[in-house]
Amino acid sequence: MVRRTIVGISSPRELEEALRAAYYLADEGLSTAAYLALALGKPLLLEGAPGVGKTEAAKAIAGVLGRTLLRLQCYEGIDAAAALYEWNFPRQMLALRQQGDSAEHVDIYRDEFLIERPMLACLRRPEDTVLLIDEIDRSDHEFEAFLLEFLSDFQISIPERGAIRAHERPVVILTSNRTRELHEALRRRCVYHWIEYPSPEREMRIIMMRASGVAERAARAVVAAVGRLRREPLAKLPGISEAVEWAQAATLLNQQGARWPDAFRRSLGVVLKDEDDLVHIAPRIDAILQEAQV
Amino acid sequence: MIETARPIAHFLAFTAMLRRAGFAVAPEQTIAWLAAIELLGPAEVNDVRRAAHATLAPPPERFAEFDALFDAHFLGALHPAETSPPSDEAPLQAAVEGAGGLEPIFGEETRESGASATPAERLSARRFEATEDDTLRRFTRALPARVPRRRGYRWRAARGGPGTDARRMFRDAMRNAGEFVKLRRRRRRLRQRRIVVFVDISGSMKERTQSHLAFAHALTRAAAAVEVFTIGTRLTRITRTLRRRNRAQALATASLLVADWDGGTRLGDALNAFLAIPRFSALARGAALVVLSDGLERGDPAAMGEAVARFSRVAWRTVWLTPLAGDPGFAPRTAGLSAARPFLDVLGDGGSLASICAQVLNLANARAA
Repeated sequence: MVRRTIVGISSPRELEEALRAAYYLADEGLSTAAYLALALGKPLLLEGAPGVGKTEAAKAIAGVLGRTLLRLQCYEGIDAAAALYEWNFPRQMLALRQQGDSAEHVDIYRDEFLIERPMLACLRRPEDTVLLIDEIDRSDHEFEAFLLEFLSDFQISIPERGAIRAHERPVVILTSNRTRELHEALRRRCVYHWIEYPSPEREMRIIMMRASGVAERAARAVVAAVGRLRREPLAKLPGISEAVEWAQAATLLNQQGARWPDAFRRSLGVVLKDEDDLVHIAPRIDAILQEAQV
Repeated sequence: MIETARPIAHFLAFTAMLRRAGFAVAPEQTIAWLAAIELLGPAEVNDVRRAAHATLAPPPERFAEFDALFDAHFLGALHPAETSPPSDEAPLQAAVEGAGGLEPIFGEETRESGASATPAERLSARRFEATEDDTLRRFTRALPARVPRRRGYRWRAARGGPGTDARRMFRDAMRNAGEFVKLRRRRRRLRQRRIVVFVDISGSMKERTQSHLAFAHALTRAAAAVEVFTIGTRLTRITRTLRRRNRAQALATASLLVADWDGGTRLGDALNAFLAIPRFSALARGAALVVLSDGLERGDPAAMGEAVARFSRVAWRTVWLTPLAGDPGFAPRTAGLSAARPFLDVLGDGGSLASICAQVLNLANARAA
């Protein structure tokens, strides 16, 4: 069951390089966890604060493997019809009506009447898909229990059709914002990685890579200011994507003639998206920007 | 008997050590870890460490402790403080934290403003006596029918209801050669709203904390989604502990968990700390919030007002029960409570266990005052 080499990648370091080529800068912990998940054929569970790049990591991994990413966004009340499959009732009905009284028998449980949802699609084509189960912490406990079954056997049963099983272990990535504790049994089945906010130096490289038009000085200032903001007691801490957008927004304003500290101040809404947070930070924003040497 | 090769035995000893320290490590995780070490080639101890992080999955809050154990085991470094918890507390701690939760959160770094507000932050453990209470038993029986609910996302087949159940209708029709015979209905399922309880355990509430916690225990046992926090100079989550059936045991464990019995009061700071942790503030969304406190704030009353204002925006109902409101001529005079008053849906009587129970049973009817 252990596969040492996956699409020519046979160590965490090589995976890290491949991810970088897909414009994702992974740290050693993440590349190790991802490599182990692929090699051991286990699902990869990524946890971290919102905006640290969990979903991006999944996209990058799918890119490296050259597979399509099937994304299943979880929400409270998600059910089998959204996650697994649904029958196309109107088409079944038409087929039955069309058949009419002719003796010919129509099987209304054929593939063409089945609407695939991400989990079924992944089971049927495990060799060219990556299943991303996003924000699993938003779903209910019932769905989590169902997922447990799915992740251990990679099999689902459709009453009218019987069991469908994957012919090889699919690549599954789960993400969670940790708004609630996941079930211990689910964590146990997965390879786990907690994504931290990146180090200033790595975050700067991410900004430079993602936003090509941003000057190095601006990127450095954004990283320093965002790092400072993350130490404040805010309702929503700025993530990496916010940092990238802030750098882009300020650069844009600057090109249109705004001076630097002012460009950052005016584009603050890109980073802080909560009225309470803005009010909390407003008296100190000048000091923070000055400290960041904008 | 199966002989384990010596190097493997060394790794297995580490997982055994983790279990003793209260980490939940399943056999399949150990197997995955060994497979991972084999894959990476144990050339470097950091590879082994990263493999351990990935496969044994310690909760993020306990990374430091995990690493200390790792160092102690594989590098021979010793951090006596972290590796061996005080022996008398050890079994209880394992029982609480082994379940996967980390409980005390706020208060490690005492802020200056707070420190001045609490001249004597007394850290003391306290014993509870379980008092069987008729009031609580009646409350537990009455609650399931009167707990506040919201409409859920899911539809459920029903006799009558606002929606038509297309799936069932088509299914039936297929059995009848494509004829629709009966109109099927469906309605949305009702789900319980979360109830978040804050129990003030500061010195001024000393007389009542015991019955308040007994009440919180009864509530936790009777309703599905309940979260209980104690506030004083710190914020401590005791939900998991209170889920135990035996009240005496639950309260005894809780009393060990909470470090700031009968100390000062920094409600504003504690509530703000709650809001600053996304994992917790998500608990308050759409929930019924019940604060059991006299509102005697020794920190900054403005901070408390601000915190309650933010709560009122996130929560469905914000209810403050104070023992002082038992007096008919009561008006919120303390600075903290006056600051919070405009944002409360209900400022009610928390003078006796019976009145608290009545207030909570009436949550579903509570209107903004």
